[in-house]
Amino acid sequence: MSDTASLTPRVPFPEAAREALRDTQLRRNLGKATTTIRAKRHAVVSELPDWAELRDAGARIKDRALHRLDEQLLRLEDAVTRAGGAVHWARDAAEANGIVTGIAQRHGVREVVKVKSITTEEIRLNESLERVGIEPVETDLAELIVQLAGDTPSHILVPAIHKNRAEIRELFRRKLGVRELTDDPAALAEAARRYLRERFLRAEMAVSGANFAVAATGTVCVVESEGNGRMCLTLPRLLVTVMGIEKIIPEWADFEVLLQLLPRSSTGERMNPYTSLWTGVTPGDGPQEFHLVLLDNGRTRVLEDAVGRQALRCIRCSACLNVCPVYERAGGHAYQSVYPGPIGAILTPQLVGIEHAPSLPFASSLCGACYEACPVKIDIPTVLVHLRGKAVRAGRSGLRGRFGGESLGMAALGRTFSSRARYERAQRVARQAQRPLVRDGWIERLPGALSGWTAARDLRAVPSQSFRDWWRKRA
Amino acid sequence: MSSAREEVLGRVRAALAAAPPRPVDDGMPAYRRSDGEPHEAHVALFIERAADYRAEVRRVPRGAEGEAIADALRRRGVRRLAVPSDLPADWLPAGVELLVDRDGGLSHAELDASDGVLTGCALAIAQTGTVVLDGGAAQGRRALTLLPDYHLCVVDAGQIVGLVPEAIERLAGPGAEERRPVTFVSGPSATSDIELNRVEGVHGPRTLQIVVVG
Amino acid sequence: MRVSLFITCFNDTLFPETGRATVRLLERLGHEVEFPEEQTCCGQMHFNSGYRDESLALARRFVRVFEGADAVVAPSGSCVGLVRDGYPALAEESGDARLAERVRELAPRVHELSEFLVKRLGVEDVGAYYPHRVTYHPTCHSLRVLKVGDAPLRLLRAVRGIDLVELPAAEECCGFGGTFAVKNADTSIAMLSDKMRHVLDTRAEVCTAGDNSCLMHIGGGLHRSRAGVRTVHLAEILASTEEEPAP
Repeated sequence: MSDTASLTPRVPFPEAAREALRDTQLRRNLGKATTTIRAKRHAVVSELPDWAELRDAGARIKDRALHRLDEQLLRLEDAVTRAGGAVHWARDAAEANGIVTGIAQRHGVREVVKVKSITTEEIRLNESLERVGIEPVETDLAELIVQLAGDTPSHILVPAIHKNRAEIRELFRRKLGVRELTDDPAALAEAARRYLRERFLRAEMAVSGANFAVAATGTVCVVESEGNGRMCLTLPRLLVTVMGIEKIIPEWADFEVLLQLLPRSSTGERMNPYTSLWTGVTPGDGPQEFHLVLLDNGRTRVLEDAVGRQALRCIRCSACLNVCPVYERAGGHAYQSVYPGPIGAILTPQLVGIEHAPSLPFASSLCGACYEACPVKIDIPTVLVHLRGKAVRAGRSGLRGRFGGESLGMAALGRTFSSRARYERAQRVARQAQRPLVRDGWIERLPGALSGWTAARDLRAVPSQSFRDWWRKRA
Repeated sequence: MSSAREEVLGRVRAALAAAPPRPVDDGMPAYRRSDGEPHEAHVALFIERAADYRAEVRRVPRGAEGEAIADALRRRGVRRLAVPSDLPADWLPAGVELLVDRDGGLSHAELDASDGVLTGCALAIAQTGTVVLDGGAAQGRRALTLLPDYHLCVVDAGQIVGLVPEAIERLAGPGAEERRPVTFVSGPSATSDIELNRVEGVHGPRTLQIVVVG
Repeated sequence: MRVSLFITCFNDTLFPETGRATVRLLERLGHEVEFPEEQTCCGQMHFNSGYRDESLALARRFVRVFEGADAVVAPSGSCVGLVRDGYPALAEESGDARLAERVRELAPRVHELSEFLVKRLGVEDVGAYYPHRVTYHPTCHSLRVLKVGDAPLRLLRAVRGIDLVELPAAEECCGFGGTFAVKNADTSIAMLSDKMRHVLDTRAEVCTAGDNSCLMHIGGGLHRSRAGVRTVHLAEILASTEEEPAP
């Protein structure tokens, strides 16, 4: 399924994580970055006495949009059209790419500047453009870095977080042809600025994503830091926005809440440097032709699940990534999806179907830090466990799954626990069976499926008297 | 054969019908719409917060804005200044070449080659140190405040609101009813993409100066 | 009052001393403890691993065993978390309205030990004596699901002789996460590595918590690295007195 290659892990998460954990530079970069953002986020969130109310409001706004999504989509289409924009619908990635490349080709465009869009990574738009001889130019500094390195993004907000300044300098020296360049972040940013400025000034077409789109008014919103968004959204004569259908919000007033929740949760600022709102086409100001591509690509599948659909509330702030102890160590690439981290672990399997990403819901210790940080109160741990249920059910629907080791073991354990006699017998058996493994009251090596435990931990031996044995003796 | 539109809408309806969502409560939780502070406190907070984001801010009494503008431009060394066509006359400095953007007449190249741009704003938000542009009076089109490397923005004290919700409410007219593009500017552009150090000045004006009047 | 002890399969089999300490403590405070012997397991492992049919059966059993009790107390934040947070979802999913009702009725009466002492009984000083340097790890379930807040710390601060030292980055997950510790052993160990480092930085002799699952993981790692620091469940510290000191 090449359409969803960007969302489909090739190896199970534990295997990918194992390798990533060895990368000491990644560990250092990530650890430092996430610790820094966590502190910033905490500071600006603590400032607001009504943060809890804002989160509640955010969840409510997104749920209102999702629960009547068909109505909202029609309202949006109507409003954008009346404001002079054109609305297109795309069932999947291939269709969306066809629409965008079609627009570019009809206008004879050879180069497209791009801003802020993991969605276009999801559909692999760049490959489609390149195949017909159109050059996509990433203008977010991190996306530029990722593009020049021929790499993939590892974080929703800071996609090049896995690269340090020295690596970036090398990349710019090689690919941008800048000879004298230090690794001072300001110098690197200046090199990117000069390279991109040329592109902005001559660009004929821009492709953007969207953080939000207001159904009532047709207003689209992009939240950014560098100014490349404003460049892309203002300078070219032709603008195409590719947007997942879940980005809709019902009313203009909803910005009151979301433009507080997003900056504080994502970059830990009271407000990000630039936020752009535009509605259709404005004569004499900015692009004179605007296209909005509404993308499904699995989102309606997520909507089908009453418990899992809260994942569509996501406003792509990445707060969950920054507080997740698993993400902090394994990094984004281990998830092998353009949506990594806690949100990725629940969104990715729902977009592509649990059978295509069965290990992702298990890539969590269920600590709940993500739920605590989520500005729209997505109960990620509950959805993870819910998806584990789906994974098990899907696994058990086949013979191999139904009679596989884990399934049988869990069924047997369930039966053991369902009767006092069986349970107490199992306790006695465990006490016996462990004998050959115990040395001085501890077990240092467990066999088979449990060996992962003793890879780095000792296990205290099962005591000779259980609690209930003691209780009975005492009576 | 159904179109993509029909199919997507159909899928949405089917999904919601198959698993009907629990109804969402009516109304909104009571988040703050006002911080209860007096206006003078808002002005002071705006100046403090804008400065936090590395915008240089100066406050002058009403009547002194012309002088403050001229002074800022002089210190910056601006010789060719881009301006919208409807700036108040007493803002326009002498001794500076004015590039007036009449009917979007200035090209990208001309804007890029200017030394800076002077505008007013739609409103400003104290809590976040944000200046908002809506293409209305004394602001011009978006490219005007985007391409020059220096933006001098005049904010009337009366345009300052306390919190974000107040700003959004006030912007509903220009942004939603009149469908004008709206831009929120909070400090000069920045990136945190290199090891998460905030680096100022990528695209967009790298220097933002604000004159608060009144 | 009459307290029904929910020992948890884990403590019953692997950490009976925690159960004995819980009984001793509650009796010392003047309460009568009963132990319904039909109890086995709350079903947490099955639930968290996605085996919902099995965990539903165990939820039914739990409700049947405990629903007559005034108060059910367990020395385990994660198990109580399942009862309060997971059972309602299981009951709803099963479509069994009667079960859902019984769960709704019972769940508020099921308590983790520290929240029972501080919030339900209003007690902070339980008359304990434990002259050791101790650091406290707040387990994720008690912190974020049960929201016990600082109840455990209040109890620990009132222990005579204790040298209580704050654990750096205390709220970070230790990496146990049930089957996660085995299925994602590498990541689990990476998380454990940082937790152990923070424990060792306190120079404490003992690391305590309200969940033996986390302590088994942290303690197992400390033991493997011959770090000279051990883990002791909160109940055992609170049960410790001069006459009967806990190790």
